[in-house]
Amino acid sequence: MLARIVATRLLEIRQSLRLTPQHIDTADNNPDLPWEFSAANKEKETLADMISCRYAIGDAAYHFQYEPSIKWPLDVRVALLVSMGEALALYSCTVVKEIVSHYPSNYKQSAVIPLLDLAQQQHGGWLPVSAMNAVAKVIEVAPIRVYEVATFYSMFNRSPVGKYHLLVCGTTPCMIRGSREIEDALLKHLGVKRNEVTKDGLFSVGEMECMGCCVNAPMITVADYSNGSEGYTYNYYEDVTPKRVVEIVEMLRKGEKPLHGTQNPKRTKCGPEGGNTTLHGEPKPPPCRDLDSC
Amino acid sequence: MGLGLLASRLIRPQKTAARNLLLRSIVTKPELQSAEPATTPQPDLPPRTPLGGARVHFPNPDDAIEVFVDGYPVKIPKGMTVLQACEVAGVDIPRFCYHSRLSIAGNCRMCLVEVEKSPKPVASCAMPALPGMKIKTDTPVAKKAREGVMEFLLMNHPLDCPICDQGGECDLQDQSMAFGSDRGRFTEVKRSVVDKNLGPLVKTVMTRCIQCTRCVRFASEIAGVQDLGMLGRGSGEEIGTYVEKLMTSELSGNVIDICPVGALTSKPFAFKARNWELKGTETIDITDAVGSNIRIDSRGPEVMRITPRLNEDINEEWISDKTRFCYDGLKRQRLNDPMIRGADGRFKAVSWHDVLAVVAEIAHQVKPEEMVGIAGKLSDAESMMALKDFLNKMGSNNVWCEGNGPSPNADLRSGYIMNSGIGGLENADVFLLVGTQPRVEAAMVNARIRKTVRGSNAKVAYVGPPTDFNYDCEHLGTGPETLTEIAECRHPFCSTLSNAKNPAIIVGAGLFERSDKDAIFSAVEVIAKNGNVVRPDWNGFNVLLLNAAQAAALDLGLVPESSQSIESAKFVYLMGADDVDLEKLPNDAFVVYQGHHGDRGVYRANVILPASAFSEKEGTYENTEGCAQQTLPAVPTVGDARDDWKIIRALSEVAGVRLPYDTVGAIRSRIKTVAPNLLSVEEREPATFWASLKPDVTKKMSSTPFEAAIDNFYMTDSITRASKIMAQCSALLLKK
Repeated sequence: MLARIVATRLLEIRQSLRLTPQHIDTADNNPDLPWEFSAANKEKETLADMISCRYAIGDAAYHFQYEPSIKWPLDVRVALLVSMGEALALYSCTVVKEIVSHYPSNYKQSAVIPLLDLAQQQHGGWLPVSAMNAVAKVIEVAPIRVYEVATFYSMFNRSPVGKYHLLVCGTTPCMIRGSREIEDALLKHLGVKRNEVTKDGLFSVGEMECMGCCVNAPMITVADYSNGSEGYTYNYYEDVTPKRVVEIVEMLRKGEKPLHGTQNPKRTKCGPEGGNTTLHGEPKPPPCRDLDSC
Repeated sequence: MGLGLLASRLIRPQKTAARNLLLRSIVTKPELQSAEPATTPQPDLPPRTPLGGARVHFPNPDDAIEVFVDGYPVKIPKGMTVLQACEVAGVDIPRFCYHSRLSIAGNCRMCLVEVEKSPKPVASCAMPALPGMKIKTDTPVAKKAREGVMEFLLMNHPLDCPICDQGGECDLQDQSMAFGSDRGRFTEVKRSVVDKNLGPLVKTVMTRCIQCTRCVRFASEIAGVQDLGMLGRGSGEEIGTYVEKLMTSELSGNVIDICPVGALTSKPFAFKARNWELKGTETIDITDAVGSNIRIDSRGPEVMRITPRLNEDINEEWISDKTRFCYDGLKRQRLNDPMIRGADGRFKAVSWHDVLAVVAEIAHQVKPEEMVGIAGKLSDAESMMALKDFLNKMGSNNVWCEGNGPSPNADLRSGYIMNSGIGGLENADVFLLVGTQPRVEAAMVNARIRKTVRGSNAKVAYVGPPTDFNYDCEHLGTGPETLTEIAECRHPFCSTLSNAKNPAIIVGAGLFERSDKDAIFSAVEVIAKNGNVVRPDWNGFNVLLLNAAQAAALDLGLVPESSQSIESAKFVYLMGADDVDLEKLPNDAFVVYQGHHGDRGVYRANVILPASAFSEKEGTYENTEGCAQQTLPAVPTVGDARDDWKIIRALSEVAGVRLPYDTVGAIRSRIKTVAPNLLSVEEREPATFWASLKPDVTKKMSSTPFEAAIDNFYMTDSITRASKIMAQCSALLLKK
């Protein structure tokens, strides 16, 4: 009887952990929704693109946008709006084009992961079906080939996440150093379950596998989607404690940017606590046979 | 121990045997005395035959390499995989994901074999064979590897064989019996997967899926619908469409065959029968002009399912959904008894004796030129021969087969068959489709074109109404003007055609119904001449027929004397003809309908003669490439129905013009005098003469654009129109 209860409980846990690879049709995840790569990808543009696009938008448009006190005649405003729209469309296309240009023209589908990443950053940290369809159109493959990739990688979120997506590393070194307590502290503080978004839409907590920071375990990652793709950051907070992660969350809530890296004031980067214990001076050269004496 | 051996032991004196034993123990073997080992240890193995007719074709004799499978040397061409080499050597390697007609995935790991000097077992399906490779398929390493893989596969596979439709023909079941362990060590909870809705034909039980991805590869490579994919990862991996989508392919039923487990099974066949209860009859399909080779699985008097049979030249190992699922039409709307329409307009069942007397009497009342006989699209050659002979003996020559148009051209065989053959289409590099949509007219021909397009990047262009193909296809125009442009070399496509090495032109038989068909055909012949389509070594001029009866009807010369005969007809004999236009038929005409389904033809009929369907009779059919094939009876006939030719033979006796044949053999020897090619079964008889013998056509083409010959792929004849499954398909899968 007990074994059965344990087994069913285990199954429940497993199923709650597993995000089904099927698409769930919600109001904001309808495949028929229009979706386009937007102009909000400034971070990724090359210098040439930046210049050409700035040039295309033009000074007048800049003034029009940022100095609304100037009274422009209506036809000028309409013309400006049209040219601005065109320029912006061109601009967003150039970012996508730039990504696609990294790959041979007959293997356009290689760009699927960078484009999905761009789409995810632009769309507040998650990929609706319509965004995947837009990617499929750019790389000229059937949409299912994009869905396959997006469902394979756990870094692509297919349901909404918070503006700050907190990822707790759950792999062995971090787990031994207390990642479960860290996650519990986060979930308790935010009052959500794993992969749930807080009511204000600011935070969500997920789990990730090893992010290569074992020397500073335990660690969390904060994916910041609050400023779209141009202000997107993906920062590691290492050597965290249950108390410290709550502080980080509160700082983020206030709009502050806590210093990323190790949170242990006694450590610098991945060095040992309290300064080096070895390697104090210039290391000695390796012992070498005296060749001249032979 | 054999009886002879026992007897010889009894006879043989015991003493000698004992002495022999003693002698044997002191014999020394000469090879053991020599110091150096034998130069070439010749394996003492019986020669093995390649598996399942595995063919070894050496494109270049220099590229032959030799590998050793279990010590047995085999010569194979370079580039073959280890698995193929083992097949040639007669060793069956267990496999799930590997399929010879699909791309290699290498993800099931069931085909692991040991290769000498390789540190680990190798997946033989994905490993190219190298010269001198020593492959071992029967060693403890290979056996242990298979057992381990099988244990992993069975970890998440439910043990629901008793309620699984694949039971008895399941690769996983068979291979776990042959290669698996007798117990598993997995004690956790098995995963479960949500079932997907793929439409009315394919039932899914996705928990049973072992992720071999055969269906994904089939859908994207052969069927050309990019709907299925592998979603998720790890234990959450599953086959699906992500967004809810039906599988809208005309070949979707084939995923049932290629699925090695019971994840994809036939929805109409679900829980109907077990495969060991079924009797298989190897026959051919008649729902289109391809003549796909099929096996009808029946239980008692009922057709339970239809599965494909391998024929490399015609359908490879696929069949269309119409072929596979039309069988429930054989059970509905059948005509059981001879019937006569009474004065009240209702049919009354009568005896064969009475009905034949009535028909014979009326046949004698009308003038010979007022008699018309029309063979249906499902008629076999024997019955068409009998119909033509009967009407000729009655003095009429107005007999034709529906679909061949009012004035068919039966003079030159090259003008109505697929001259390059269905398999021969693979050699073409440019296709021009004129007034045809092979995807709905002949799905297997379309699969062949798609294979060519994928394999050798062949170009395809079509003239006709805009439709969607499942390969890249250029739309040149909609009607005869485009054809004239190409014929006069004013069209950019002309250069493509003339630069092609093996150009193929496929003309749809839907054009036979047009009044300007002779002009169209002569225009196509001009294009063929300009493009050098017909050469001694290559004939790329093809006509794609629509119906199973068409080619044989033209071979037998079922050509009406006058194209307007139906307007003055007083006695019409419809032999399964349902789609013939009877609008202009005079009201006082007497219509005899002989057929197996109460379909369109029955509405106008005065007399019904029940006949047997293709699954119930022996008949010869010629497919669109000119290959004669025979059906075999799989199930008994329904009610009081008889074979078509027997009915006509009986009627001829009652009418006093007895036809001189009483057996199938006798009627076939009659056919031999008219079209001997119909007797060389399963052999493609190419056409001898080319259209250059034809007289010049003076008529001009009309400007009416070409029309689609078939508007509903799933319902084209009386059997498919009676089928419930086909009705569901056309309701759900056809694009509105």
